[in-house]
Amino acid sequence: MQYQNLFTRVQAVGPTHEGVELGPQNSARDIQPFLVHLFGRLGNAQVGPFYLGTLGLISLVTGTLSINIMGFYMLASVGWDPIEFVRQLPWLALEPPSPKYGLHFPPMNEGGWWMFASGLLLVSVLSWWLRTYRRARQLGMGTHIAWAFAAAIWLFLVLGLFRPLLMGSWSEGVPYGIFPHLDWTAAFSLRYGNLFYNPFHALSIVFLYGSTLLFAMHGATILAVTRYGGDREIDQIVDRGTASERAALFWRWTMGWNATMESIHRWAWWFAVLCPLAGGIGILLSGTVVDNWYLWAVKHGVAPSYPAVLGTVVDPATLQGVKP
Amino acid sequence: MAMLSFERKYRVRGGTLIGGDLFDFWVGPFYVGFFGVATIFFSFLGTALILYDASLQGVWNPWRINVAPPDLKYGLGLAPLKEGGIWQVVTVCAIGAFGSWALREVEICRKLGMGYHVPVAFAVAIFAYVTLVVIRPVLLGAWGHGFPYGIWSHLDWVSNIGYQYLHFHYNPAHMIAVSFFFATTFALSLHGALVLSATNPPKGETVKTPDHEDTFFRDLIGYSVGTLGIHRLGLFLALAAGFFSALCIVISGPFWTRGWPEWWNWWLQLPIWK
Repeated sequence: MQYQNLFTRVQAVGPTHEGVELGPQNSARDIQPFLVHLFGRLGNAQVGPFYLGTLGLISLVTGTLSINIMGFYMLASVGWDPIEFVRQLPWLALEPPSPKYGLHFPPMNEGGWWMFASGLLLVSVLSWWLRTYRRARQLGMGTHIAWAFAAAIWLFLVLGLFRPLLMGSWSEGVPYGIFPHLDWTAAFSLRYGNLFYNPFHALSIVFLYGSTLLFAMHGATILAVTRYGGDREIDQIVDRGTASERAALFWRWTMGWNATMESIHRWAWWFAVLCPLAGGIGILLSGTVVDNWYLWAVKHGVAPSYPAVLGTVVDPATLQGVKP
Repeated sequence: MAMLSFERKYRVRGGTLIGGDLFDFWVGPFYVGFFGVATIFFSFLGTALILYDASLQGVWNPWRINVAPPDLKYGLGLAPLKEGGIWQVVTVCAIGAFGSWALREVEICRKLGMGYHVPVAFAVAIFAYVTLVVIRPVLLGAWGHGFPYGIWSHLDWVSNIGYQYLHFHYNPAHMIAVSFFFATTFALSLHGALVLSATNPPKGETVKTPDHEDTFFRDLIGYSVGTLGIHRLGLFLALAAGFFSALCIVISGPFWTRGWPEWWNWWLQLPIWK
């Protein structure tokens, strides 16, 4: 076990690292770096420094405001009783407006606060995106993290902005709350004929599980060759060493082919990015283009049609709509 | 030959767990070994049985091929071949093939002088599968509680079992498992992107160093787990996702038979609220 390098057994403690020097247009970094021994067991012991900057400040302020609107709305919904707030917290919600308001701005207590919280969250997320882009550029690095983040923002925008706009109602948005957002997800699936039959949902799950599989494979492979310096991936990419060779041969001998030290990270990036990208397409098509994914799958010959043992079932899609 | 330029010096004898030198050779890029032969045996037999079952039903649409487990009336006994017996043999073949594959990975690790992380990680996935088709059916007293082998049919099974417990999202272990799946995918995107951004800088820039990687994440969120730590973290997150998935299904039925939303009543009834 001790040779499997699961934890750092002996920590070398030296001076903390202040970070790579930044160009003249940057403000100074905050937080004096310090060491946390327990963190050092798993990874780096050093915490900090931290770069705040204008974008970071905007993002943190708007994000905190948004979460506070959600929290205080929930607190108000239990009559400002802090004990009931904690007791009922998992069930509490800040719900979007009711369908009768369509795309108009609703009264504050009937979804208006949801609109405000969502708007502030959007500002927070977008300024954090700019921050990931700018921090990478200031260090002379590629912007791969920003574009991966953009894939997640795509799903966020589909759920809260694009699909409500196409459906003509803010009521299509997702409620804020622990159980309420899970209820929304289940109801969404049932409303559109079981999302399991939505091919983009299936693809999204494939990439979710695929990402988990890839990280298990990649993390395990690198840990297995750390004794040859395999965790120094950049070195291994520009100057292949025996760690890369063994890692590659392991998979070649196991499954007939292999990635390289660089390409495995491209596989990783695409698998992770395609998960929200495909998922967003699947959500956007539900209700706008396809009304019942099960019937869609039967029509296209992929899903079997089951015998009607329960008599005639009326498709709920023909009974209700989102329009007021 | 299917050999990489540096490969020959790594192709050494030994490291086998069983069979000595008997199957200690390569076919093309593949290492064989005793467990390679065992994997081929189990996977060919299992695939042939799936195709045989498809031919019995006359279903050749790949989306709709369905090898169903036996009826509940057979309990934990053997079912006739055409009434779920095929599913039982396919399950044995699958476990045999997965187990052989994992042991073959162990042999390859030994040849290459690597740690055993990959076969151990794979064992967690096998454990999740065995939980679904062996441990939970045994706890519930019938092989019929296993899931059917088919593209749509297994999705239908997941959907039906979920609604059998009213709303599966309320299953606490399911919540944890899904959170780990999302966290793993999130961490993978960050790791993949960070390495690519260091090695693929803008035009005119030189390739960056792990110091740049650490600086980027410290600037962004105040902490960088580091080049070694991220692989430990990623492996942990991924294995935790698999482990809690197994846990969330094995408690559904054997340990909790009502709707999962109801389970949370204990929280509302804690004495501390008085």
